[in-house]
Amino acid sequence: MNRRDFTTLTGLAAGALWLPSFPSLAGNLVDPAQLLEPGLDVAQKKRLADVALNAAKSAGASYADVRIQRTLNQGIFTREKQVQNIASGESFGVGIRVIANGTWGFASTNNVTDAGLAKTAQQAVAIAKANSKVQKEPVKLAPQKGYGEVSWKAPIEKNAFEVPIKEKVDLLLAANGMALDNGASFVNSALFQVNEQKYFASTDGSYIDQDIHRIWPTFGVTVVDKASGKFRSRQALSVPMGMGYEYLTPKAADKMAGPTGSDVIGYKNSYDILEDAARAAKQTKLKVTAKSVTPGKYDLVLDPHHLGLTIHESVGHPLELDRVLGYEANFAGTSFATLEWRKKGVPYGSKQVNIVADKLQANSLGAVGWDDEGVKCKEWNLIEQGKLVDYQKIRDQAAIVGQMASDGCCYSQSWRDVQFQRMANISLKPSPTKMSVDELVSKVDKGIYIAGNGSFSIDQQRYNSQFGGQVFYAIEKGKITEMLEDVAYQTNTLEFWGACAGSCDASDYRFAGFFNDGKGQPSQSSAVSHGSATSRFNGVNIINTARKIG
Amino acid sequence: MAILSQTEAQDILKKVLSFSTADECEANLNGSLEGNVRSARNSISTAGAVDNVSLAVTSYFGKRSGTATCNQFDEATLRRCVQRAEEIARLAPESPEHMPLLGPQTYLSSPLSFAANTAAITPDYRARQMAASMQYCDTKKLSSAGFLNDSAGFVAKRNSKGLEAYQRVSNLDFSITVRTPDGMGSGYAATDFTDVSKFDAARLTAVAAGKASSSLGAKAIEPGKYTVILEPNALVSGSDASLLGALMRSFDARSADEGRSFLSKKGGGNRKGEKMFDERVTIYSDPTNAEVPDLTFSGDGRPQQRTTWIEKGVVKNLYTSRFWAQKSGIPDLPNPGGFIMEGGTQSTADLIKGTKKGILVTRLWYIRPVDPQTLLYTGLTRDGTFYIENGAIKFPVKNFRFNESPIIMLNNLEAIGRPVRLAGNLVPPLKIRDFTFTSLSDAV
Repeated sequence: MNRRDFTTLTGLAAGALWLPSFPSLAGNLVDPAQLLEPGLDVAQKKRLADVALNAAKSAGASYADVRIQRTLNQGIFTREKQVQNIASGESFGVGIRVIANGTWGFASTNNVTDAGLAKTAQQAVAIAKANSKVQKEPVKLAPQKGYGEVSWKAPIEKNAFEVPIKEKVDLLLAANGMALDNGASFVNSALFQVNEQKYFASTDGSYIDQDIHRIWPTFGVTVVDKASGKFRSRQALSVPMGMGYEYLTPKAADKMAGPTGSDVIGYKNSYDILEDAARAAKQTKLKVTAKSVTPGKYDLVLDPHHLGLTIHESVGHPLELDRVLGYEANFAGTSFATLEWRKKGVPYGSKQVNIVADKLQANSLGAVGWDDEGVKCKEWNLIEQGKLVDYQKIRDQAAIVGQMASDGCCYSQSWRDVQFQRMANISLKPSPTKMSVDELVSKVDKGIYIAGNGSFSIDQQRYNSQFGGQVFYAIEKGKITEMLEDVAYQTNTLEFWGACAGSCDASDYRFAGFFNDGKGQPSQSSAVSHGSATSRFNGVNIINTARKIG
Repeated sequence: MAILSQTEAQDILKKVLSFSTADECEANLNGSLEGNVRSARNSISTAGAVDNVSLAVTSYFGKRSGTATCNQFDEATLRRCVQRAEEIARLAPESPEHMPLLGPQTYLSSPLSFAANTAAITPDYRARQMAASMQYCDTKKLSSAGFLNDSAGFVAKRNSKGLEAYQRVSNLDFSITVRTPDGMGSGYAATDFTDVSKFDAARLTAVAAGKASSSLGAKAIEPGKYTVILEPNALVSGSDASLLGALMRSFDARSADEGRSFLSKKGGGNRKGEKMFDERVTIYSDPTNAEVPDLTFSGDGRPQQRTTWIEKGVVKNLYTSRFWAQKSGIPDLPNPGGFIMEGGTQSTADLIKGTKKGILVTRLWYIRPVDPQTLLYTGLTRDGTFYIENGAIKFPVKNFRFNESPIIMLNNLEAIGRPVRLAGNLVPPLKIRDFTFTSLSDAV
């Protein structure tokens, strides 16, 4: 279900349009109580999976996998003092992927019966055979051992679906109240919760049962100055996480102060929505009258909430092997970081830049036990001391680059959609030596501190990018001096990472995250986290984004 | 199962409503058959098919509402679905913006929104079309990546106050990116049809291939303000945000009245009635247009009719929720599906002929908002950008990043070409002066 379908079905009004990115609420709308009902038990799923695998093999498949998936979603939407919408969704069905005559075929159905699965398996094989007539490169799968019957469960403390809706609504309305009490003209807030109950089986002999949870509380505050007609907004500094409702119980140890003088608090593994809403309103009032930035070169100090988006766009995507090889050329694009480019040994960044891909990190959005083609997940290096050392790849790509194994980063957003290579959690390692945020700022002569991710755009090969933010502060002679507005930086990926002059240590390390990374045709969403500590980048080009309209 | 007739669909909906004990009840039944095939490196990469029908029931007790759905249609399941919607409604908070359901409505007829031959597409048809596209690139020694997606289905609606709606819809989208083997040239083409009989993948592939070959050897020129010719793919998109799409999605009356839109008036109110664009700009929507037929009813059951949004540069109408229309005493207009921008008779080639110095932009990409106050957007040119001198294309140029507002753009209008269908809209190529490019990109 795309966003337009969802808004049509639920009558969700334009009030939700402020959301920076709208999570995919695929599925049918249901009674929230239904979200607590157990799905099929593992024995039933195994029997159904065998029906599908056997039907695919009988129809001529040389390989088949089946995903029996139940996805639960709940979105709660409020504005000011009222609830706009509560949407609970459930989607249940089966996706069957096969190789026949050396060609992929895929079909899916919500008719989860023996007959429905057999018919869908046959349809997948028929599609593969139809396409094999015009196929030139037969699929070569990296070998994969079967794991037998195994399971993985996200280590959540409190299932968000078990929390009464009233408690969640009250929390959002309380956050709205904090924003209004502190000067907001308008405030929208929302809480998104996802639970993927995913059962994977393949002809390799794996039967994998997994239970995945994600949560994202967020809001947007707007202040309108009627006299001047000027309005400004600030989004929440919360982070979508691979956690349960425990994320919404604030812990003092998870509050991460920005540099002295900035009035910025970031959040680690728990979030104080009330405190952030109040602070957002105060900051937004200041944004209305803040000084408009003078364009030019500045040293940037970027907080992890902001830097996560830059990592995502300028490292995560260009190092996806399907993009590198041309499989995304018609939509998301290709990559400058080709196999030939890598051979030249051109540095990706400064020696300070160490970037790791990781599908195991606790509380991250990408953490699972096995990916959607039965590969056990792992951690691996992408950039070591500024040098590109590897890509992200799945089973049918490994042989193309002369490797024997997948990295375990194959994913599908639902039973309806075919799985393909998606981004792992991609993170910048913190400094191994002690470095606080104030110490990092103290060495900057003329710079800007940016907190929170905002506007973003990057070209189809991931060279030229432009990023905004939520709040901006001038740094002069090592001190935060005042708030700035109309700030965006334009840069080139290699220049930007080449300008990395260091990061804070692990005590400042935390995630940014995205519920809705879009890729593929038909487009699919995936959720991914990016860890980093506050980092410095020298001599970046700042533009002024203010314009006048008649 | 997926494409029910009007009688079949309404019979299910009537049965659903007969089970209701709520103050008001509405039921929506949607179904579609969809198929797709994707290629890359001149070879099929993935393909799939989805068949789904689903029912959504919303029950109302006073200002409380609840929704439940199902996708099985036996009597017991339907009855359970209604009961569940009622249970949720009883527990829901009251909505101060609740509006009573609409009674019977009169909808326009838009029979061209569905074509039987689009509904009859098979995996073999998709493979043949994609094969023809790939073969064209094989013979030209070019590399292609493409995507074909077709869908056919129905939308049906009924409520306890007598509202009844039904319409069938079909669509085919095809897009293709062609690149030179050295990766230094790239071209793109996209199309969409309601009736697939006019579709020819190889013909469109030739257009993209021509752009790929002619974009080889791009020169870097300084960023700055240039006269540009924006082809329709640079103005709207089925796969990305777009400058004209962003403009038309910003015509919400409530945001304007609340002071948080470019359509807000200083001191309060909105700018309806003001001339905000060049006088040659007229944009309207019409669900019965033969080239871009659309649904004749909105998600909440309001009729979609021909509506003018901008007329000769003047803001004529804003769309609104039913609640805001009633509260503000303004026309109750739903937001449209596609839109139609009036144009002239000139082709893109004609616009180039009339240009002394400028840049032809065939596509814009990764378009994202920068400042909602001025509707400033940023993004980049992609898949073929060319320098024009004395009425002819002189050479390809490297891609640019732009920072531009569609409001400023539609005030700097030099000429309008002939509209073509793209992503469910009718959009002409535009010639714009002083379009702002802010940096260069090495991307091809």
